[in-house]
Amino acid sequence: MFEALSERLEAALGDVRSRGKLTEEDVNKAMRAIRLALLEADVNFQVVKRFTADVKERALGAEVLESLNPGQQVVKIVSDELTELMGGAGRDLVFSPKPPTVILMAGLQGSGKTTACGKLARHLREQGKDVALAACDVYRPAAVDQLVKVGAQAGATVYEQGTGRDPVDIAEWALGRARADGRDVLIIDTSGRLHIDEALMEELARIHKRTKPHDVLLVVDAMTGQDAVNVAERFAQVANFDGVILSKLDGDARGGAALSVRAVTGKPILYASTGEKLDAFERFHPDRMAQRILGMGDVLTLIEKAEQQMDERKAAELERKIRKQQFGLDDFLDQLQQLRRMGPLTSILKMIPGLGSQLGSIKVDERELDRIAAIITSMTPEERANPAILNGSRRKRIAQGSGTNVHAVNQLVKQFSEMQKVMRQLSQGKMPSLHQLARGR
Amino acid sequence: MPRTWQELFVTGEAAAATAPQEEPQERRRGFFRRLRENLSKTRQALGAELQASVFQRLDDETFERLEEMLIYADVGAPATARIVERLETEAAGGTLASGEDLTRRLTELLAEAARTGEATIDLRHDPTVILMVGVNGTGKTTTIGKIAWHLQKELGKSVLLAAGDTFRAAAVEQLEAWAERAGSDIVKAAPGSDPGAVAFDAISAARARGHDVVIIDTAGRLHTQDHLMDELAKVRRVIAKQMPEAPHETLLTIDATTGQNGLRQALLFRETVDVTGIVLTKLDGTAKGGIALAIAQELGVPVKLIGIGEALEDLRPFDPDDFARAIIEV
Ligand SMILES: Nc1nc2c(ncn2[C@@H]2O[C@H](COP(=O)(O)OP(=O)(O)O)[C@@H](O)[C@H]2O)c(=O)[nH]1
Ligand SMILES: [Mg+2]
Repeated sequence: MFEALSERLEAALGDVRSRGKLTEEDVNKAMRAIRLALLEADVNFQVVKRFTADVKERALGAEVLESLNPGQQVVKIVSDELTELMGGAGRDLVFSPKPPTVILMAGLQGSGKTTACGKLARHLREQGKDVALAACDVYRPAAVDQLVKVGAQAGATVYEQGTGRDPVDIAEWALGRARADGRDVLIIDTSGRLHIDEALMEELARIHKRTKPHDVLLVVDAMTGQDAVNVAERFAQVANFDGVILSKLDGDARGGAALSVRAVTGKPILYASTGEKLDAFERFHPDRMAQRILGMGDVLTLIEKAEQQMDERKAAELERKIRKQQFGLDDFLDQLQQLRRMGPLTSILKMIPGLGSQLGSIKVDERELDRIAAIITSMTPEERANPAILNGSRRKRIAQGSGTNVHAVNQLVKQFSEMQKVMRQLSQGKMPSLHQLARGR
Repeated sequence: MPRTWQELFVTGEAAAATAPQEEPQERRRGFFRRLRENLSKTRQALGAELQASVFQRLDDETFERLEEMLIYADVGAPATARIVERLETEAAGGTLASGEDLTRRLTELLAEAARTGEATIDLRHDPTVILMVGVNGTGKTTTIGKIAWHLQKELGKSVLLAAGDTFRAAAVEQLEAWAERAGSDIVKAAPGSDPGAVAFDAISAARARGHDVVIIDTAGRLHTQDHLMDELAKVRRVIAKQMPEAPHETLLTIDATTGQNGLRQALLFRETVDVTGIVLTKLDGTAKGGIALAIAQELGVPVKLIGIGEALEDLRPFDPDDFARAIIEV
């Protein structure tokens, strides 16, 4: 649906290549393309206008670096500027020297506050903090139940008093409890509210006044459109939030709202929420978001995710095996499992620049992966190390053991041998073509 | 185009037969007051009172403002460009003479764009099965509660809810609370159980107990989560096995604050479960929900209902003309 910006720019600027300098006309053409890309990414109209004006100034007369063509050059300037605008001098969470540190969560209905509370709690628990949650959403049916369950999963205490009391009182009471119990952190969950709902915004202001939070976090849905600006401005006035949690970033929204919010309030995006599981939560990376908004893939995230998940010793071992061409089915299974820990396979593949659009209709069937795992675990260690010995009767046994059929086993063995071929090329320093990668899958 | 409940829902019964029973005097007064409040809320939300003319002249600046207005409403660049171009052509051709003409024509074009496909919901099945799908937090469960209440109140239908969100913490409890508010029956299962089985049981139960309508809740999911989308397709297959031709209506909730990604949502949900209508929720905020226009244009899926708040009453049949006026209201 989206044409990649870099392609569009190259189409607009293809003929400048030989001239070496960007003229005003070139830049105007480029800015039109950029404007469209940003609007498609849901960056606020006003922000787009201001941004393109700034970038235009910088791009005018800029030298075209030798290694880049003019289209790439403009992309680079835009991406640098975007990164700067989105990152800037953001601050981290502030921890109070006198615990508990109080964190107040706010946002529209359905933006993902309760889930974010659980994720943040888990994240802080991993840093060794003793975390408690306060259940102050007394309006949405079963919101308290939800927080209680999420809190239990995150290993955090939940202070709740049902739905009968004023949320301002509950917040204050929870703070007293957290103090008495010696918690390090208290995270206050609040009801979702519209920024124009005077009564509820006033209630939020009262919670703020009563609990004096060290950090106020606004949860913003990554799919939000032009309205993000109105929402953020109003919440900034009422609750003076310190930072943003961007939720549902695991989807395919380009997330221009992040830029809008940052541009109009000056508040940094601190965390990104990237899935429904509690560990799908990470620090926000402005540079990656800039690239995502521009539709340029997200190589860095991919690399980092892989690094996080992959045990280093294992990685070295794997590299050795690939180099010596001793990569067996056991290793393959291991890789599959590592990969799956990184998240749904399709979303990972989509982060690879250029692949996102090519992927289009390719679907990675997660159940297929389960089948593969079942087949491999039904093999003997010897068979896994050396699939060449898999004769007909062995294959039949494996098919039965794994609850699949011989055809599936044959297919896996064939795919594996294709993959070994690709690896051989990799180890010899040749990049496999996409076509090969797709077949190797 | 439907404006009243009776026009939106096709029941095949004479209107008189379905009229709600007389209410006690006391409660009725309460009801009418509530209705009045809500009407003014709707008007507010939909900006039904439009100034005579938003645009004063017909110049470049006007067209620029027009473009800006549509972009702010999340109509999206392609749809905006199409509409602006068309109006520019008409202006150049002399059919538009004043700012007033422009306002009128723009409203017409927007309403026309929103008007697409089958706009009613057929309840002449026994039972009628409605499947509710959408991204997390867009308002599925809340909308189900509201629809159940209106079907009972306005059309005298008896409704059974199916707690098919077996995944999210406390989702079943949430639907239970709505069932109680709306006065509907509910079928539920243990957390983590198969949502298809819940749907299956609900349809059996509706048949056994003689309910007119079954509304099936599902867990929120991003359209990009292939395994969850497959699961949804499976729920649909299970329903169809239990009752051929069901689900008779598959409604996708789209949050009015959603930007251009809404189009992807609609596209992929339609591919997976054949969405027949959109419920545009949260129109009580400042977002205009213009992405619904892009969805109607690109995919031909019409909006059928709008959500304008968090209470039982806060649901309305969609009206393209009101919607068009609201988009250009400043
Ligand atoms: N203001 C407003 N809030 C709504 C509307 N519809 C749903 N909500 C709120 O949005 C949040 C998510 O709704 P829910 O039904 O749980 O969404 P689900 O996850 O799709 O089932 C809740 O806080 C609802 O009260 C609406 O039309 N207007
Ligand atoms: Mg729900």
